[in-house]
Amino acid sequence: MSSLRSITLATLTKDIRLEWRSRDAINSMLFFSLLVVVIFSFSFDPVAEESRHIVGGLVWIAFLFAAVVALNQTWARETRNQVLDAYRVSPAPANGLFLAKVLGNFIFVSLLEALMTPLFIIFYNLRALGPAWQLIPIAIFGTWALVVNGTFFAAMSLRMRSREIMLPLLLFPISIPALMGMVQATTAVLTGEESARFWIVLLLTYDVVFTTACLALFEAILHAE
Amino acid sequence: MTNLATAPTGAPIVVVNGLIKQFGRFAALRGVDAEFDAGKFHVILGDNGAGKTTLLRALAGLAHPTRGTISILEKNPHDACREVGYMAHPSLLYDEMSGMENLRYFARLYDVSGDSRCEQVIRAVGLNPELARPVGQYSQGMRQRMSLARAILHDPKILLLDEPFSNVDVHSAREMVGLLQGMRDEGKTIFVVTHQAALLEGVADEFVWMQAGQIVDRTFELAPDPSQAGTR
Amino acid sequence: MKRAFPILAVLATLFVAYGFYLGLFVAPTERTMGDVQRIFYFHAPSGWTAFWLFFANLIASVVYLIWRNAKADALAVASAEVGVVFCTVVLVTGPLWARPVWGIWWTWDLRLTSTLVLWLIYVSYLVLRRFSDSAQTPVLAAVLAIFGALDVPLVYFSIWFFRTQHPQPVIGNGGSLDPSMRPAFWTNVAAFSCYGALLCWARYRVELMHREVEEGHALASLLDENSPDVEARPAHRGGPR
Repeated sequence: MSSLRSITLATLTKDIRLEWRSRDAINSMLFFSLLVVVIFSFSFDPVAEESRHIVGGLVWIAFLFAAVVALNQTWARETRNQVLDAYRVSPAPANGLFLAKVLGNFIFVSLLEALMTPLFIIFYNLRALGPAWQLIPIAIFGTWALVVNGTFFAAMSLRMRSREIMLPLLLFPISIPALMGMVQATTAVLTGEESARFWIVLLLTYDVVFTTACLALFEAILHAE
Repeated sequence: MTNLATAPTGAPIVVVNGLIKQFGRFAALRGVDAEFDAGKFHVILGDNGAGKTTLLRALAGLAHPTRGTISILEKNPHDACREVGYMAHPSLLYDEMSGMENLRYFARLYDVSGDSRCEQVIRAVGLNPELARPVGQYSQGMRQRMSLARAILHDPKILLLDEPFSNVDVHSAREMVGLLQGMRDEGKTIFVVTHQAALLEGVADEFVWMQAGQIVDRTFELAPDPSQAGTR
Repeated sequence: MKRAFPILAVLATLFVAYGFYLGLFVAPTERTMGDVQRIFYFHAPSGWTAFWLFFANLIASVVYLIWRNAKADALAVASAEVGVVFCTVVLVTGPLWARPVWGIWWTWDLRLTSTLVLWLIYVSYLVLRRFSDSAQTPVLAAVLAIFGALDVPLVYFSIWFFRTQHPQPVIGNGGSLDPSMRPAFWTNVAAFSCYGALLCWARYRVELMHREVEEGHALASLLDENSPDVEARPAHRGGPR
């Protein structure tokens, strides 16, 4: 287990260091996220009282778009120079690599969400009528749900034609229950009309089920030619 | 150089039985049967499409056999991965990191602790560990050398090198050959796939000739005319 | 088994025709919806059939992943394709029924929405099979099938809860079935299931034949006359002479 932890940590710090060095990737992603928020705000006229009911959906769809763009380049550095082959021939546990990538994506997508959220609050004059603290577990569980399956499917689509479109194509259907959870929970908190408890539990269940599935099956995917 | 190959060094370290590898309708390997002794320098030669790279990838565990078996140190290639070092034509290195940073990372994958081993290996291939330039900006020769450093980092018993000298200047190539010779003398088993067999004349213990997915001959010396290889 | 197929095909067709007859002519007319309700005898059984087929796909995928049995993979392909067809029937007959009766094309009710998500998952499965070049496509597909199967209960629960919070008209008989309608219903369930199983079996056989042809080509390439004669290859395994 210590080997798994050390490899996950080593890979994660390496990825963060590399992302930091080529900051233009981060910068363009941040700008893209900003654009998404603005476009959505133009498309859905934000009148304060009604907007509370739909903003939950808007916000998570915007996060989803940003996440897909981030997820598509998860393995970009490993595909250059066939570095993935170096992993395949090493004795390192495949899950170490997977967890590091998921954590890296989680941090990155959370960063994007942290940028987009204040903008949404500003453009839509948002104020939570329900217990606002619940938005934190919703954000964590929801982002993890997108990122864990997204990283997995990104690895699967490495060996496919039309790689960039295959990722959302595989990810979206499977993510539907999680998306429902995120959107309904957020709406419940913003409107204060219902309890978000069921949805938070659903998201947590989704996360546990699929994290387990990904960890169990990633090695099979990595070693597929 | 026939005296080099006379004394067998014990049980064969790599055994290939009836190896067939097909990619859809195309058969890259059509039944390879061979045993390779330990501590020897084996050079694999043949035309493009003969199956040399596929054979090496199969030995490395990167290509799953369609049929047949491979045993390395009496284990399957996956389980023997700690004892095997692999180098291919792509560098298998991160372009954005320096050589030392790359090796430090790969050392973690192999449980090799400390910077000293990384520095030692970088010096052994004739490069400077202090060089901060990212690998993506290296010349081809430097990149091949750093890739070799990565392959030998964990001190494997067996080396699988696919075209290590391609696009490398003569001087670097000769140094690499010297390094590999030293490693063979220390007891490592080395497999090199190359088109530049002349570099290894006098160093290699045997030349393995492949054609159309099979091994067609194994010789001690580089035949003066390769097309005569099948007539021994 | 080959000779059995035409006989079974005729039997299955007759069975379905009988179910058709029961559904359209014998079963009593529904009180409020009228004759349009008869579409239910094809809508619901298609749903059952799709469900069995997707379940077969799951079993075949798990078997493949554990034992790498090529026939299991062929069954996975067949069951997924035929399952998607029956699933499409459900999704088309649903609106056809809803529009005249309730005045709406679609409602996000539990069964219809779950079916839609199932359809999406399995279409993505078929797309993966088509777009993957890798020799390990069966492994990737089997993994996706397992993910899909894990997703199904979560889909069902999330939509169920949503519907209890936000009730909407339900497309369907709304619960229990009148005894006079049961023979038509269960006959059609049985008939559609048999028909679906037969289609799946036929597709499975075609898939196996297709693979046999591919293997024949691969074998021919293995023994290509352009290569040196296999028998005459010098048999010195051990090293250079």
